[in-house]
Amino acid sequence: MDPVAKDQVVRLRAAVSLLGRFPALAGVDLDVERGEVVLVRGPNGAGKTTLLRACAGLVPVVSGEATVLGCDLTQAADRTAVRRRVGLLGHTTGLYEDLTVTDNVRFWARACGATRAESDAALAALGLDGRLAGVVVAKLSAGQRRRTSIAALVARRSELWLLDEPHAGLDQAGRDVVDRLIRSAAAAGATVIVASHELDRAGAIADRTVTLAGGTVVVQPTSSVLASTSPHMRTDRRQNEGDGETEVLRVP
Amino acid sequence: MFRDAALVAGKDLRIEWRSHVTTNQVAPFAVLVLILFAFALDPDRDVLQRATAGLFWIAILFSAVLAVQRAFALEAADGNRDALRLSGLSPAGIFLGKAGAIALELAALEVLLGIGVAVLYNTTWSGWLLLITTSVVATIGLAAAGSLYGVLAAGLRVRETLLPLLFLPVVAPVLLGATRAFEAALDQSPADGWSWVTLLTTFAVIYVAFGVLAFGSLLEES
Repeated sequence: MDPVAKDQVVRLRAAVSLLGRFPALAGVDLDVERGEVVLVRGPNGAGKTTLLRACAGLVPVVSGEATVLGCDLTQAADRTAVRRRVGLLGHTTGLYEDLTVTDNVRFWARACGATRAESDAALAALGLDGRLAGVVVAKLSAGQRRRTSIAALVARRSELWLLDEPHAGLDQAGRDVVDRLIRSAAAAGATVIVASHELDRAGAIADRTVTLAGGTVVVQPTSSVLASTSPHMRTDRRQNEGDGETEVLRVP
Repeated sequence: MFRDAALVAGKDLRIEWRSHVTTNQVAPFAVLVLILFAFALDPDRDVLQRATAGLFWIAILFSAVLAVQRAFALEAADGNRDALRLSGLSPAGIFLGKAGAIALELAALEVLLGIGVAVLYNTTWSGWLLLITTSVVATIGLAAAGSLYGVLAAGLRVRETLLPLLFLPVVAPVLLGATRAFEAALDQSPADGWSWVTLLTTFAVIYVAFGVLAFGSLLEES
């Protein structure tokens, strides 16, 4: 196994993950460095969601090499260890229907060791600190639930954000908020991997794009190539540095 | 671990407080069981009074199935189980929190059913120390065993029907021990009941210890 570079957050070499007997990841090679925003694209069934779940330690990597935040994902103990350092926004909300927006975000924040102030800041960042704060999740629209899930994710202050279709179900304002949060998170030192079909929007905030098909990476440009093709990203990060939102998202 | 347990228990109790499932569904169900037994056995009041302890604990057992199903249905909904696994909460803490919340709900039900039995069956409670000790250890055992089998069944599509099949045979010793101990208390011969409390305590200790050790694996595999 090659040594993992200090700033390398994700390093996959011929990584294989199974869903039942089906190899949802069939030999993935991927490198992601600290502070990068990477868009993972590909058709349905390409393995995007499994890739994110594997990086979160929820799906075992059964062969190949897989290191995330220094944890070896082929080992059960390391998979458990990496979970508390990543934040995963999946297709599901991960919310309790009978709790209020505030209760949900505070519970998940406290579960991850975050303070009440940090969860309140996350609620404010998603615009959930007003009349929605005391509403039970069962009475929210799909978009409002998505915002609440994102607030719970933000409150974790994760080192690695794994976002599966983060714009799904959101209105234009919500999508803009998500884009801003992703940029701010990266500026604050977090690494972000976004799986999305919304290539224009997600591609605009990504440093580079990785294409999956059939459980393998078919296109993976290097950071240096992409740096020249998405200069707006670097500019946006500099603009965000030092603002209040970046402070909310700063990785401890 | 205990901080995590308090966090999970607080969350579960807050959900019950807001949803009123325990007060509006589980408690009426338990009282209904008592009433149905009273209808069935009313012509022979003597039989009803002699069977009080067993009927009380059967009602508690059925209610425990509902409480456990409810507690783990919360985690099966909308990705909450994955969120729990990602949360960094210790599995032992999650187990103790879930079991603690279930135990508190069952304890409240036992108080309610105790009043119900006194009213419906004309039972005069006596031997309070034995009654309370029996209730505490039996409730802990039921909650611990329920949490273990609850998480085991939680990931399955047939969990609603599978849980009673797994859970009820396993807690037969609790039904037996608690019933015998209550009978001894009601007969005002508590000395006969304490040996059953020992059985109940052993059951509770085994299931709490097993849950603390095994809950993480069961959460992963379910």
